[in-house]
Amino acid sequence: MNGRFVRLGETDRPHVALHVDGQAVTALEGDTLMVALLSSGGTLRESEFGDGRRAGFCLMGACQDCWVWTENGDRLRACSTLAASGQRILTSQPEATWPNLG
Amino acid sequence: MAEPRIVVVGAGPSGVRAAEAVAKAGLRPTVIDEARRAGGQIYRRQPDNFTRSYEKLYGTEAARAKALHDSFDALAGKIDYRPETLVWNIAAAHVWTANGNAQETLPYDALILCTGATDRLMPVKGWNMAGTYSLGGSQVALKSQAVSIGREVVFMGSGPLLYLVASQYVDAGAKVVGVLDTSSKAARIKALPDLLAMPSVLWNGVQLTRKLSKAGVPVHHQITPVEIIGNSETGVSGVRYRTASGEDKTIGCDAVAVGYHLRPETQLADLARCEFAFDAHTHQWLPQRDADGRASAAGVYLAGDGAKILGARSAEASGKLAALAALSDLGLPVDKGEITALRRDVANYSKFARGLSRAFPWPAAQAAALPDEAIICRCEAVSAGDLRAVMRETGAIEANRAKAFSRVGMGRCQGRYCGLAAAELIAAEAGIPVEQVGRLRGQAPVKPLPIAIGEEEA
Repeated sequence: MNGRFVRLGETDRPHVALHVDGQAVTALEGDTLMVALLSSGGTLRESEFGDGRRAGFCLMGACQDCWVWTENGDRLRACSTLAASGQRILTSQPEATWPNLG
Repeated sequence: MAEPRIVVVGAGPSGVRAAEAVAKAGLRPTVIDEARRAGGQIYRRQPDNFTRSYEKLYGTEAARAKALHDSFDALAGKIDYRPETLVWNIAAAHVWTANGNAQETLPYDALILCTGATDRLMPVKGWNMAGTYSLGGSQVALKSQAVSIGREVVFMGSGPLLYLVASQYVDAGAKVVGVLDTSSKAARIKALPDLLAMPSVLWNGVQLTRKLSKAGVPVHHQITPVEIIGNSETGVSGVRYRTASGEDKTIGCDAVAVGYHLRPETQLADLARCEFAFDAHTHQWLPQRDADGRASAAGVYLAGDGAKILGARSAEASGKLAALAALSDLGLPVDKGEITALRRDVANYSKFARGLSRAFPWPAAQAAALPDEAIICRCEAVSAGDLRAVMRETGAIEANRAKAFSRVGMGRCQGRYCGLAAAELIAAEAGIPVEQVGRLRGQAPVKPLPIAIGEEEA
């Protein structure tokens, strides 16, 4: 699918180029990682508890449902981290397995 | 004597006004805020390189937003401002802060908590699917990032924010395919005497509904949410609801914003050992304070929506009031006339807020009616049926005990989005009043911390 989020203005901004799960993604300067990822894709992450894909929820740093990772393993809250050129983002936690419900 | 150390937590309307009053008294408060820029959620600022006007961003509240931002900017150099910093614990008259991987412990003589609010949520089957957002979150998307949460958006829930955000989306050119309100028009009429405490705000509200109807947005009252439908991989594709007359309807959409007014962020007040009491109007446990904001814990003051949901205008008044109370308790001179005027303002806002809680009541019965397969805890995908089974097996009817057995409220949001509904569900199952279920205790850290956190090298 195309992006989940729809830009309604403020599109005259310089581009930033990042990688998400190895794929090149173009965002705009001032975008949060969440907006960068959801302007080009439909979801942000996989629920660790087996109920499917997630795309964030509160956008104000309270729900923690927008966690993504850097390739170094640092956890980022996509709603409150700015996208920047050269970032290499992973939508699943590197080297982690979680117990699923199923 | 050393200068008293005043710490203000939060830089929204109440935090900014509190800091300003402390600085005006000649002290240098420490202002700790999680956001990159001051303003709080309501007057949240867009990034520097965005160009929309205040009028476009904040509508009828543009002048207030600008005044607040200007006031804060004028405090530069007069306060110890710590943006992007979380207060994650309070104990023994110290706050524990985290900024990235750096942590610090700061002592305080007076602590003014201006922690603000988050959306109050009622779970509905399917709300864990991608494309469901909190109502406030949908507003943040627009205000601070100029995006809509989807191509076709439904706004569902209740409260003044439902109409405000829907009309902001319409203004910005987003496609709003429906506004589904669980409250009735009759409740609004009954609440009029209280709502008339603030005629201009009431008038703004009336204008919002007019704007939506003029834009051709379908608005339905007294609905019951049934299900957010869609696919666990691709997300939301529609909303099912029951009309007031009992018909089952579906609206197609790819995004839903859900919210039932707001709930205060009280975890820090809890960690600071403030006493709480149950508020029957809102079905919320609130930290207790006197008319000026003094909490039961020594040296702790509470202001703004973090203490009780009274709105942004009230938050400015209660923030200043709490600061004056703190200054007065520290033996500094304060203007008694100003305190009297601020108390009067806050009382008026309280009357209006009571009207809002009557006009847009929390639909507690929906929690009791949640089907077993509906997820109640989004963090860990715990269903209503799981919680009911835990109650049957363990007899747990107290909020923290039920949390320990079911994990509802133990996930990474720490009960912010499931806690109130879980308490209603437990109360209904056990046949007891919801206040007997109690409240989830605040736990440190109040938000997740990086594992690598440590004291900053000097």
